[in-house]
Amino acid sequence: MGEFKVHRVRFFNYVPPGIRCVAYNNQSNRLAVSRTDGTVEIYNLSANYFQEKFFPGHESRSTEALCWAEGQRLFSAGLNGEILEYDLQTLNIKYALDASGGPIWSLAASPSGSQLLVGCEDGSVKLFEVTPDKIQFARNFDRQKSRILSLSWHPAGTHIAAGSIDYISVFDVKSGSTLRKMIVDRQHLGMTKSKCIVWGVAFLSDGTVISVDSVGKVQLWDSATGTLVKSHLIANADVQSIAVADQEDSFVVGTAEGTVFHFQLVSVTSNSSEKQWVRTKPFQHHTHDVRTVAHSPTALISGGTDTHLVIRPLMEKVEVKNYDAALRKITFPHRRLVSCSKRRQLLLFQFAHHLELWRLGSTAATGKNGDTLPLSKNADHLLHLKTKGPENIICSCISPCGSWIAYSTASRFFLYRLKYVRDNISLQRVSKMPAFLRSALHILFSEDSTKLFVASNQGSLHIIQLLEGSFKHLHSFQPQSGTVEAMCLLAVSPDGNWLAASGTSAGVHVYNLNHLKLHCTVPAYSFPVTALAIAPNTNNLVIAHSDQQVFEFSIPDKQYTEWSRTVQKQGFHQLWLQRDTPITHISFHPKRPMHILLHDAYMFCIIDKSLPLPNDKAVLYNPLPPKDESDVFLRRTTHAFKISKIYKPLLFMDLLDERTLVAVERPLDDIIAQLPPPIKKKKFGT
Amino acid sequence: MAALEEEFTLSTGVLSAGPEGLLGVEQSDKADQFLVTDGGRTVVLYKVSDQKPLGSWSVKQGQIITCPAVCNFQTGEYIVVHDNKVLRIWNNEDVNLDKVFKATLSAEVHRIHSIPGAEPLVLFSSGAIRGLEALLAEPQQKIETLISDEEVIKWSKFFMVFKHPVLIFISGNHENYFVYVQMCKSHSLSKYTLLLGKEEKSITPKFTAYVDRKFISLMSLSSDGCIYETLIPTYSTDTEKNQRLVRSLVLKAVVSGGARNRTTLTNLDQDHVAVLGPPLPASKECLSIWNRKFQTLQSSKEFPQGTSGQLWYYGEILFMLHGKCLTVIPYKCQVSSLAGALGKLRHSQDTGTCSMPHFVNWEMCEGYELESHSAAQSRRILRRKKMEASLQPEVPGSEQLLSIINKDSEKHIEVELRKFLATSTPDFHTLLGDVITGLLGRCKAEPSFYPRNCLMQLIQTHVLSYSLCPGLMEIALERADVQMLQLCLQQFPDIPESATCACLKLFLSDTMQDEEMEEQTEVVQNGFSPKDSNCSNENQELSEKPGAAKTVSCPVTPKRAALLNGILHSAYSETFLLPHLKDIPAQHIVLLLQYLNFLYLKCSGNAAMTLPGVNPPTLSQIMDWICLLLDANFTVVLMIPEAKRLLTNLYKFVKSQICVYSELNKIEVSFRELQKLNQEKNSRGLYSIEVLELF
Repeated sequence: MGEFKVHRVRFFNYVPPGIRCVAYNNQSNRLAVSRTDGTVEIYNLSANYFQEKFFPGHESRSTEALCWAEGQRLFSAGLNGEILEYDLQTLNIKYALDASGGPIWSLAASPSGSQLLVGCEDGSVKLFEVTPDKIQFARNFDRQKSRILSLSWHPAGTHIAAGSIDYISVFDVKSGSTLRKMIVDRQHLGMTKSKCIVWGVAFLSDGTVISVDSVGKVQLWDSATGTLVKSHLIANADVQSIAVADQEDSFVVGTAEGTVFHFQLVSVTSNSSEKQWVRTKPFQHHTHDVRTVAHSPTALISGGTDTHLVIRPLMEKVEVKNYDAALRKITFPHRRLVSCSKRRQLLLFQFAHHLELWRLGSTAATGKNGDTLPLSKNADHLLHLKTKGPENIICSCISPCGSWIAYSTASRFFLYRLKYVRDNISLQRVSKMPAFLRSALHILFSEDSTKLFVASNQGSLHIIQLLEGSFKHLHSFQPQSGTVEAMCLLAVSPDGNWLAASGTSAGVHVYNLNHLKLHCTVPAYSFPVTALAIAPNTNNLVIAHSDQQVFEFSIPDKQYTEWSRTVQKQGFHQLWLQRDTPITHISFHPKRPMHILLHDAYMFCIIDKSLPLPNDKAVLYNPLPPKDESDVFLRRTTHAFKISKIYKPLLFMDLLDERTLVAVERPLDDIIAQLPPPIKKKKFGT
Repeated sequence: MAALEEEFTLSTGVLSAGPEGLLGVEQSDKADQFLVTDGGRTVVLYKVSDQKPLGSWSVKQGQIITCPAVCNFQTGEYIVVHDNKVLRIWNNEDVNLDKVFKATLSAEVHRIHSIPGAEPLVLFSSGAIRGLEALLAEPQQKIETLISDEEVIKWSKFFMVFKHPVLIFISGNHENYFVYVQMCKSHSLSKYTLLLGKEEKSITPKFTAYVDRKFISLMSLSSDGCIYETLIPTYSTDTEKNQRLVRSLVLKAVVSGGARNRTTLTNLDQDHVAVLGPPLPASKECLSIWNRKFQTLQSSKEFPQGTSGQLWYYGEILFMLHGKCLTVIPYKCQVSSLAGALGKLRHSQDTGTCSMPHFVNWEMCEGYELESHSAAQSRRILRRKKMEASLQPEVPGSEQLLSIINKDSEKHIEVELRKFLATSTPDFHTLLGDVITGLLGRCKAEPSFYPRNCLMQLIQTHVLSYSLCPGLMEIALERADVQMLQLCLQQFPDIPESATCACLKLFLSDTMQDEEMEEQTEVVQNGFSPKDSNCSNENQELSEKPGAAKTVSCPVTPKRAALLNGILHSAYSETFLLPHLKDIPAQHIVLLLQYLNFLYLKCSGNAAMTLPGVNPPTLSQIMDWICLLLDANFTVVLMIPEAKRLLTNLYKFVKSQICVYSELNKIEVSFRELQKLNQEKNSRGLYSIEVLELF
């Protein structure tokens, strides 16, 4: 198949920010996840847990609470005192409203979704009405002594429970007055702590209030009488989060020790109607604090400081025991953070607030499979480019020739011209970039580095002509009338004639760049696109979807290629479809038109279209090289998928030239090493 | 799990409990309210949850209440009989019993029975029964006599069986007890003769009864302290007079046999029965809850101030007279889980003075009264058949076999046993236990009787264990039957260390040696595995090897080796084995050590460190035994000159082993370092260029 020199890169020092909140939307089966840097991500649980949208973070915005209201409107609130609403179509922030109560610690939407409650630092609980295009302050509830850290509505919408420091209050929604105050015990294993923070509350329809607190207890209260009904001591550290199932037959809590406990309402004895909350299952999928949990009908979802989003299906709720019933651990974003200049062998790494440019090393030696070659020149860190302003970088790109770097934030677009004078590098910013380029979701340079393509969140595509030190706006493709769907993936053909763009939901449009018009639209597919690329010479568009299907669409013929039809007829190998990370990059071999190179986080694959497809009985991944088998055997077992799992977790892989690959790995151990130390737990003895 | 809750007393200020205790405690139509009739003139209505009397009524001075007051559940009125013949009916509002409704009857009333959902029944001392309404319509009507003059009604009870009221009473004269079952709807009266044991004649047993589907289960607590059960059909099969009822043992020795009077029992539910009485002759009276199904004691409570030997049970509440106080004990029985039903043992077991086991043994049939019990058992199995069909005696195979075991010759037993083993019955295990116990019992009784073949056959069923027949190995040891012992060692999973050691002693003893010499030729006939001959062959081979530096020869004969291997395989716990090992004579210890040493050398002879043959001892078993023997007898062995060479060998061996291990440790450390270096190479740092070939 081929022998490659692989530049194995591990110096991309990327650490995903910790997870702060998750909010599950039952209606659309989507999960909103907010991270400590203010980033909000939307995962589509129906589309193989694909991260289909994201909102870039902001230094001054730390999201403390996240909730869905009015069906599928997403709100967040944070320590800057603002309530934000996110526009899920254009992927920007609709508006920010100051709640004027100081930092906001908690946010809860009423069961009907028409009202929002926020709990503030000054002890106030504020009620907002959700109007069709905004939210409007309605009134304040009785002011409490200290900050309101958690809020929960009674499912009937008549009462709310608010967790504060040392006590829980129950409010009547109609009057806004405090009905009950339930004092939480500060004792922890005989020691009295200075205070007990109620990290989470949950109001059940029978009037029970469940609280989780900083002394490690899960407590059940009767809100009618204000009495403690049951107390479970489950941790030596804080219990930080709670989520209740819609049926109120189970709930989940997360502790600072990284454990997630599942509680279920079970009969006291068989065939008795009396039921009792019992701690049923502990899960230890996290090493650090579990800051947040969610309870979907079929799974427990948890996330925390260790940056993993863990989705643990409940086996008793899963109807078909297929691959969906497996545990999912999502660590890396499902988009590219690395771009590469093939000609100059440069790598551009995108961080939240800066970019890094590295030049790869070289070697003169050769070797056989598995050898590590001696370096004649090591990799160089060329550039560290800090952003201006508090906003996170949305996307970035380096041109194939290596002389242009572009990136965008929510409010601005930056273009730099790089000049290489022997070993020195000079950087020059191109000024006066037009405002419409801001908050671009994808930036792409043409193969000859003369054109820049920008996909904006308003659904339009802009084409910029690059000149020496300046630019010229050539054309903008406006979105189809009536749609404002953001475009997030672009691909340009190497000959510069075609541009393919895909939006957040299904649908790939192909534009003719010579005539500057829409050429065709690829037939809609129900799963979102995860990667796009156009092959040289043939101009075949290869599309990878989140359900692990790969299509090949001939742009000139405006139809799927014969190979793609064959693949669809025969189907992919079962193991291929069971992979749980999406394909994030597709590229092609310049000399071998039959090859497609693609990778996800755990494997790198070359599909050789000239070879037969594997059936389910064939071994998909065979790490061992064939030894002395006869040719007949080889011919019989060889198939189109050549897979390598040596490099993982793989963030980026591309072909530099015919015989050279670059692989950017980010070992989990390196990430863990950069996290704060977890709470130490004694494992043995006393 | 059935449990007795905390008891409380009802104020008995108005009650005057006579020496005979109370007349009775009866339910009233309101839950939680009970009518208590004392032995004199007073009826008190108690509200139990309040522990207070709600009302109290007394008859005039000179009159005496002869039958406990009951409530007519249909009208809510209370009924009482005083002076045997005068019936009074009154309401809650009535104050004075003199002024309430009065009816004088023509015959003496024994009791009035009233249960919810049925008209009260009046039971006359003559055995006649009348409904209350019919009686009140004509109070002076003639009452027939149903029981003979000598009979006295001892006990009576009123039930609803499939919505039909049924009254059962037991009468007795000095000789016999009769059970009468009166179907109130059909006015049919069935009479049965109750067959009791010989000891029953003088003391009337206590009775209780409950309805178990089509039968009334009558339980009696006899003066021997056992509870027996009798099933009485509720439909009269035929009009044949004087049917006989047999009884079967349910629980053994629940109260002391010596306690004459102050015992009673009452049935709580299908499985539980409450028994009041002293569990040991000298002990205080106790209220115990027994589970009949599992034969376990579920709960027990002591009453040091004595009781009247009376017990009433209504809807989860037990009433009894403790000292002078009317005591109420709530009783709870949750749907039983197995763990709950298995219960607990009584603590007072360690008194040691009583010869009778005061809790029921699972192996009740073992040891004593084998025959009577199994007879009772079989009777119980057949009981229903008997009820329906004739009383034709049908002796089952097992019973026959047991009687054969007790009487016939060895040959005959063997033939019969073979037949028995060929059939498989569901209770095969228990029957097998009975059979082996019977055999062993006879062995002990008759020294000449030793049915070796039978016993061997039984052991080979793989069903027996040491605890099921503790006497078997004992007898085999007595007779030095090594083959039997070897079989036992192979088959029994639970041989105690003492027995293992006794076998070991026997195997090592000189008598064995002599026997061996004689029997050397017929090794195969004695049933030893061919492994042993293998062993000796190899042994010879080994010793024949010219290159061998040391000639290793087995210090014991193959037969003995096979026996010793059996010992090596047996399970043991060091703590229990060590003291027994100390009792073995020093010469034998040395012999065994030599043999073990030989085994060890053979073991280490091959790379896999195993011995040839079928099921040979493993290296760790050998080493463990060497260590055990040395631990137990080191000082003794040290003194024996013959052992000197052996000990030196062992010492050298241990020394060399230590050497090897320390070298291995050193190597391990170096390997770990190498591994670390290798890992570092693997981790490669942050950047590398590698070669990848895809196939």
